[in-house]
Amino acid sequence: MNVLFYIAAAVAVICTIMVITRLNAVHALLYLIVSLLSVALIFFLLGAPFAAALEVIIYAGAIMVLFVFVVMMLDPESQSIQSRKQLLHPGTWFGPAVPAAILLGELVYVMTTGSPSLPVNAGVGPHALSRALFGPYVLGVELTSILLMAGLVGAYHLARPEAPEGNDP
Amino acid sequence: MITIPTAHALLLAGVLFLLGLMGVMVRRNIIFILLSLEIMLNASGLAFVAAGFHWGRPDGQIMFLFILAMAAAEVSVGLALVLQLYHRIHTLDADQASRMRG
Repeated sequence: MNVLFYIAAAVAVICTIMVITRLNAVHALLYLIVSLLSVALIFFLLGAPFAAALEVIIYAGAIMVLFVFVVMMLDPESQSIQSRKQLLHPGTWFGPAVPAAILLGELVYVMTTGSPSLPVNAGVGPHALSRALFGPYVLGVELTSILLMAGLVGAYHLARPEAPEGNDP
Repeated sequence: MITIPTAHALLLAGVLFLLGLMGVMVRRNIIFILLSLEIMLNASGLAFVAAGFHWGRPDGQIMFLFILAMAAAEVSVGLALVLQLYHRIHTLDADQASRMRG
């Protein structure tokens, strides 16, 4: 079982190196998603299944979608047919697809060998996590909600188109 | 019973953090700087989860949840700033935005 951790760690490090050396932002995002998925698998192996699920849903899902959205908005090159054809070229998606396939193989192995030594049974489950989260840490939850509210208002205010001159309230 | 050495998990977190730091210092595209910041935040969350696993306590995962919420707030404000920057100076190069003039 230990070798699963080292394979996932190698995938994470290699994909992160690819992220910071890519020239195209969309390619870097693809590699970063694979890196986040491997970190999620490491969370699972570390007995943190709830953190692994949140890593996939929020990091690899929501935050990366925000990045893709902004890159597509800002990059006029991506509008052309030529670059769309280039995205479908096998060389573009082959690099992230191989580590993703390795991670999928690890996941299938973990799921099929249903032994009681599964790390999901050894660590801290969602029940104990939520007991602690809404027990001693409830003040942190409230502060986090205020932080998210501030982020929402700040993002709305900053991304708003500029008001015409002389119309300032 | 699976036994992942805590030192190795912390080492992985350190390596990922350093890679993110290198990305922040080397790259000049502001999108890549934000991506590298995400890598660094994720690596620190990994360190917290590894420490929580070491002591068998839920506190590490709780700190990871807070880091996750902070990363979401940070990236929304950061990307809004990137949009404004692109509308004003028509480039994503961070060096072009070195003069703080309105």
